[in-house]
Amino acid sequence: MSRKPVEPLHIVKQRRDAALKALVGSIPYIEFLGVEFDRHGDELTGIMRYSDHLIGNPVLPALHGGATAAFMETVAVIELSWRFFWEDIEAGKIDASALTPETMPRLPKTIDFSIDYLRSGLPRDAYARARINRFGRRYASVHVEAWQDHREKLFAQATGHFLMPARDE
Amino acid sequence: MAGESDKPTLAQIAAQFINAIPHSRALGMEIKDVEPGLVRITMPYDARLVGDPRTGVMHGGAVSALMDTCCGAAVISHPKAPVTTATLDLRIDYFRPATPGQTILCEAHCHLMTRSAAFVRATAWDDDTDRPVAAANGVFTLSNVKGKN
Repeated sequence: MSRKPVEPLHIVKQRRDAALKALVGSIPYIEFLGVEFDRHGDELTGIMRYSDHLIGNPVLPALHGGATAAFMETVAVIELSWRFFWEDIEAGKIDASALTPETMPRLPKTIDFSIDYLRSGLPRDAYARARINRFGRRYASVHVEAWQDHREKLFAQATGHFLMPARDE
Repeated sequence: MAGESDKPTLAQIAAQFINAIPHSRALGMEIKDVEPGLVRITMPYDARLVGDPRTGVMHGGAVSALMDTCCGAAVISHPKAPVTTATLDLRIDYFRPATPGQTILCEAHCHLMTRSAAFVRATAWDDDTDRPVAAANGVFTLSNVKGKN
C-alpha cells in the first residue's frame, strides 16, 4: 500500500495563491474598483476597499449602486472561474505561475444580473461571497451576498445567470 | 435644449446630479439629453474598465453603473420627482459584449411614478444602434426628506 506523499503546506498555498492572483490580476476593472480576494481553502471572500470614487450619494454619503452591482458581479465571476479551474490547478494541469491573459481559462459571461439593494452602502470596506447554486456545463446560477460591518446584516444581494466557457477536452 | 424656459433648468439639474456623483464622474459619464422622465447618458470606452483582457471588452459592472446612474437620473427628471431616490432593485440583461473602443449610450425612461416607488426601463447601445448591448428594469425608492431614503 503506497499513498501519495503529502505535499508540503507552503507548496499547496503557493500554487493556489498564484492561481488566484493570476486570475484576479488579469482583469483591469477589478483593480479600478479596488477589489481584493481572501482565500481560505477554496472559499473566496471579495473585499472592496473603500475609496472616494465609489460614492454615489455624497449627501448621505453612500456607495454607488453601480459600484455595489459591479463588485457583486465580479465576485460571482471570480467564484465561477475559480470553481471552473480549481481541479486543474490541484491536478497540476495548469501551471499557475505561467498564466498570462492569453493562456488564462476563458471567463464566464454574464447573461443577467439582478440586484436587490437592502440598505445604503456605508463609506467603508464592503465584503461579498458568492454561492453557486447550479454549475452546469453551459449555464450557471449564482447568488451573491454583500455586507459591511455585520455578516448577518446584508446591504445587498444579487442573483445572476452565466454562460460557462467551453471545456478544452 | 433651448426654447421652453423649464428645459435648461432640467438640464442643469441633471448635470449637477451627475457631477455630484463621484463614481459616475470616475467612469467618465456625460449627460447628453434630459426630458421629463427620460435621460440619455454616455460612458466612453476606457482600458481601465476592461473585464475580459483577452477580448478587451468592458466589464458588465461598468455597464451596470451606467444603467443605474441613468435610471436614477430619469427618476430625478420626472415631473413628480422626489427630493432623493435610491435603487431598490435593478435587473440587467446582457445581450452581447460591447464592442471595444466604442462609447456606450444608455437611455432610461421613468415610465411610472407611484406614491411609493418609481419604475424605470433602460437600454444601452454602442455604435451599432440596431442591436442593444443590454437592457435594465429598475425600481427606485422615493423620499421627500433631504438626506433620507
